[in-house]
Amino acid sequence: MTGARTPEQVLNPAAAVAERPPVLRLSDIRKTFGGARALDGVSLDILPGEVHGLLGKNGSGKSTLVKILAGFHAPDEGGRLEFNGRLVALPLRPGDFRRLGMSFVHQSLGLAPSLTVLENMRVAHLTTAKTAFIDWRAERAEAEAAFARFGLAVDPRERVDRLSPVDRALVAIVRAFEEIREECATSGKPGLVLLDEPTPFLPREGVERLFEMIRAIARTGSSVIFVSHNIEEVMTITNRITVLRDGRVGGRLDTREATHEDVVEAIIGRRLGRLGSVARDAAAAREPQLVATDVSGGALQNCSLAIGKGEIVGVTGLIGSGYAELPYLIFGAKRCRSGEMRLAGAEPAPLAAIDPKRAIGLGLAFLPGDRQAAGGVDSLPVVDNLFLPDVDRFFRRGRLDRRRMLREAFQLGARFEVRPNDPGMKLSSLSGGNAQKVLIARWMNRNPRLLLLDEPTQGVDVGTRVHIFAALRAAAAEGMSVLCASSDAEQLAEICDRVLVFARGQVCAELSGGQLTKDQIAEACYASNERGATRPQRA
Amino acid sequence: MSKAEAATEIPRAGIRLSRFVERIALLFVWALLIALFGAIMPASFLNWGNFSIMFASYAPAALLALAIIVPLTAGDYDLSVGATLTLSSGLIGVLNVWHGVPIDLAIALAIAAGILVGAINAFFIIYFRIPSLVVTLGTTSLMTGIVQWMTNSSTIGGIDEALVNAVVGVRIGGIPLAFYYALIAVVAMWYVFDYTPLGRRLLFVGRGREVARLNGVAVDRVRSGALVASGALAAAAGVVYAGVLGSADPYSGLNFLLPAFAAAFLGATTILPGRFNPWGALVAVYFLATGITGLTMLGIPLWVTNVFNGGALILAVTISQLTRGREATDIG
Repeated sequence: MTGARTPEQVLNPAAAVAERPPVLRLSDIRKTFGGARALDGVSLDILPGEVHGLLGKNGSGKSTLVKILAGFHAPDEGGRLEFNGRLVALPLRPGDFRRLGMSFVHQSLGLAPSLTVLENMRVAHLTTAKTAFIDWRAERAEAEAAFARFGLAVDPRERVDRLSPVDRALVAIVRAFEEIREECATSGKPGLVLLDEPTPFLPREGVERLFEMIRAIARTGSSVIFVSHNIEEVMTITNRITVLRDGRVGGRLDTREATHEDVVEAIIGRRLGRLGSVARDAAAAREPQLVATDVSGGALQNCSLAIGKGEIVGVTGLIGSGYAELPYLIFGAKRCRSGEMRLAGAEPAPLAAIDPKRAIGLGLAFLPGDRQAAGGVDSLPVVDNLFLPDVDRFFRRGRLDRRRMLREAFQLGARFEVRPNDPGMKLSSLSGGNAQKVLIARWMNRNPRLLLLDEPTQGVDVGTRVHIFAALRAAAAEGMSVLCASSDAEQLAEICDRVLVFARGQVCAELSGGQLTKDQIAEACYASNERGATRPQRA
Repeated sequence: MSKAEAATEIPRAGIRLSRFVERIALLFVWALLIALFGAIMPASFLNWGNFSIMFASYAPAALLALAIIVPLTAGDYDLSVGATLTLSSGLIGVLNVWHGVPIDLAIALAIAAGILVGAINAFFIIYFRIPSLVVTLGTTSLMTGIVQWMTNSSTIGGIDEALVNAVVGVRIGGIPLAFYYALIAVVAMWYVFDYTPLGRRLLFVGRGREVARLNGVAVDRVRSGALVASGALAAAAGVVYAGVLGSADPYSGLNFLLPAFAAAFLGATTILPGRFNPWGALVAVYFLATGITGLTMLGIPLWVTNVFNGGALILAVTISQLTRGREATDIG
């Protein structure tokens, strides 16, 4: 895998271009949020014509760094930024990056799906042009020329949402490069394109095409920063790698000389240990609460798993591995292509026929990750949010017993330590953490058999986290099972009895007992993307 | 008093007053308006006959405003209520006067037509996911055309006296029955909105469709139901309108649409500010009615009515947006 050297890596060694200043030089960049230090003296050189990998776990400071470059965050005093040897004043303002000759492609791509490729390509030009007339013929020629330069066969008149995901990504990258091309042509200096996690949702062949595009950009003398979780891909495409760990540079590697293990070591801070054998007995001792077989839907492919009574199971993995979709699929919030679910003491049910209403009837409960769009309604009172799934219970003698609703809501609020505990208030008047307590209380109060959670402590303060975890554990002790999807290894280590690690839509590793540490979970996630090499043992 | 309520009482004492003022502000402005016109025209404006006529003749508009707020609460616009009103009164005219269909059967068929219109709207909005604004704008034009064909674009007079009597002939406390029909609808809707689980579901569907869906609410059924209820209510408004006029007028439905919408939004700023609510809608309809009646009596030309209605709609939406504060409206 790492043997697949590209010609550019040979033709374009760092030494050959060393006499030219780096395209981007960052020195001693720091950023503090509140008391927390997100970046602690990061220095980084990007050489002309190189593809530079930027890696790190969630929370390592990667995205903070990207946001500083985009002018979204202001770094703390003291850091320096040089672009093509010229000192640039920090903080950057939003949009400054384009004037410098830098452009970004984020994972979301930033394309308007219902507009044509041409309109998307030329959006900056079309909306800011000073002329009163759009010469569509010229615009089309311009776009076609850009596609031709990169050998991309896309019809500019096609709507973006009709393109394949790969073509969409490629259009976004061509656009990003075109935006800075003029700048670079006038200054005669190389530009910089930053790709932020462009690959997780692309099929493998698509990744190959994307790499071709990256190489083509590097051939022009401009540089590419490739931000990714996927070590395999970073090893294939980059010349050099910078790894961030806990806000510092955890390692600088020359891709040709580095091994997969070196990169993982730089990311998690120590050598990848052997994944121990799975302590199956703990799981086997439990009676199963839910057995799901051959679940396919979204990124998941024929995934099977069992959750014991009173067990807290975490699911995690790298972005795009499919773990995040599991709770949505089991609850019927997203449609399954196939799969079957059997709850203890119930008939097996095909997952394709499950919708939220039926899932609730079966004793499932689900707290989605997007609290404001899918969890609760901010503009309505706490009490109504609390009893939405079981409002019928309060309908007596022909009317809703508002008084009893408020009373029960108050008691529930007290039990879950919601502050302020005023059920008549709108949900929006509570802090994020307290709103989350309300939504968790909503489901726990129903004594579900299985509680499905997606990133339950996102945007939640530490104190609330402790409450939520305690409540989950208490309920689990009484027999409630929990399935928690999260990218936060620390959180999973803290609450889970067992963690399933996903890769390519399937469970690829299972951790329990003493293996449940933050580091081992993170390690398993990264081990999972090594193609076949350490395919973890499955019992 | 329970502990829960005691707890909710204390921190709110301060804002209770401002909250209360907000709730009755429109009632206050209404009273002010009556006082103003009363001062200018003590004899002609401030007499019971005038108010009695106003209460009866705006009953169809009140029913129409109520028809609008059902789907509006569930997050859908129904612009077709005005045309449904015309369709319903036109049907009564054609069936009863031209074809001699007994009045009660004609009424039943008119209401059934309203239900059908609601079902058609719901089919396109929910099954094909077409924006409600577009669908109901289309059905508006469609029905307007059908009514013109059906009635030969003529006003049909001579509708069964029984209907006229039941709407404006009989009075209770000096006010024709028409007003009480609207009042009954308000009370019924108040009950459903505030005292039944269905009302809660309707509200959640309107404010957060995904939230409702993930909590087991049958979102599509609730939305369809709201649109069908809207059609039925608009048809009922058409029946009352035929009774008020004693004839079927194929053109007037659209004139009711704007004041009814203005009232729906203006009503959301009062009684229960921030929510479309039936009592607020009723108050708002008669507030607008007072303004228009007063202006007309002052001899101000007819075009002022349109200016007043349009201005009131924009102002009402603005105020209701402001009272809802940062909260996003989910209507669309």
